[in-house]
Amino acid sequence: MASHTATAKPTIVLDMSWLESPAHTTRLSFRGTPAAIAAASSVFGVPLPTSACRSATVGSRSALWQGPDEYLLIAPESERTLIIQALTNELSAHAHSLVDVSHRQNGLIVKGPHAVWLLESGCPLDLDLSQFPIGMCTRTLFEKSEITLWRLAPDIFHLEVWRSFTEYVIALLSETARELAA
Amino acid sequence: MLVIHCPYCGDRPELEFSHGGQAHVIRPKDPSQATDAQWAEFLYLRKNTRGLFAERWRHVRGCGRFFNAIRDTTTDQFVVTYRAGEQPPASVVGGAL
Repeated sequence: MASHTATAKPTIVLDMSWLESPAHTTRLSFRGTPAAIAAASSVFGVPLPTSACRSATVGSRSALWQGPDEYLLIAPESERTLIIQALTNELSAHAHSLVDVSHRQNGLIVKGPHAVWLLESGCPLDLDLSQFPIGMCTRTLFEKSEITLWRLAPDIFHLEVWRSFTEYVIALLSETARELAA
Repeated sequence: MLVIHCPYCGDRPELEFSHGGQAHVIRPKDPSQATDAQWAEFLYLRKNTRGLFAERWRHVRGCGRFFNAIRDTTTDQFVVTYRAGEQPPASVVGGAL
């Protein structure tokens, strides 16, 4: 008869060098009319991209296209209050929506020679450089979780994952990493 | 996987989309003036077309926008997609809708 006494699980040491957490970040969800978008571009200091699924970066600030009138603004955490105040003042004359979503989601950086392989295990998009060039960003799915996928370099991706799904996404990526390593 | 053309984002996998029912259903301008029959028709009555059908779709896991599509309900082929608020291209539809 099988023993039901608990035995210690074997320790599995996973190579996690493909995963990094970016620095603490200010995230703002911004929507507005074309006039508001133009005004926000000058205040934020980054031209908000008008072409679909593209991003723009100036210094430590980035603007990610999320929809035809919707952007995710990313900046260092220390500039949060400053940016919100500046945008709110400048945009008061325009119809817009500015929501601080800094703590709604977590950033993950997936990098290394297997980055594309890891992400394609759960993402239905074609991540070939010709189809998903550097600077492209889009909301999409990773398995059952909504993510924002943003390519920083051929083998470096930035993921924005909603907080409660972060563990799920990391666990699935780790599982694939283990298969790749095997 | 079925690839659907989002009018904003381009060709994307079916997984990212959700179906939004019949397109071009017009809400009565002043609901309080509409008869019960008119209101019931707006709320509940939908076509159940076999063949080319105008539908609303939403790129819910992408840009999040609603758009319209002409889809063949027997073959699941997307003939054309176009932005919300636009009329279906006459060349494709040929007055069939």
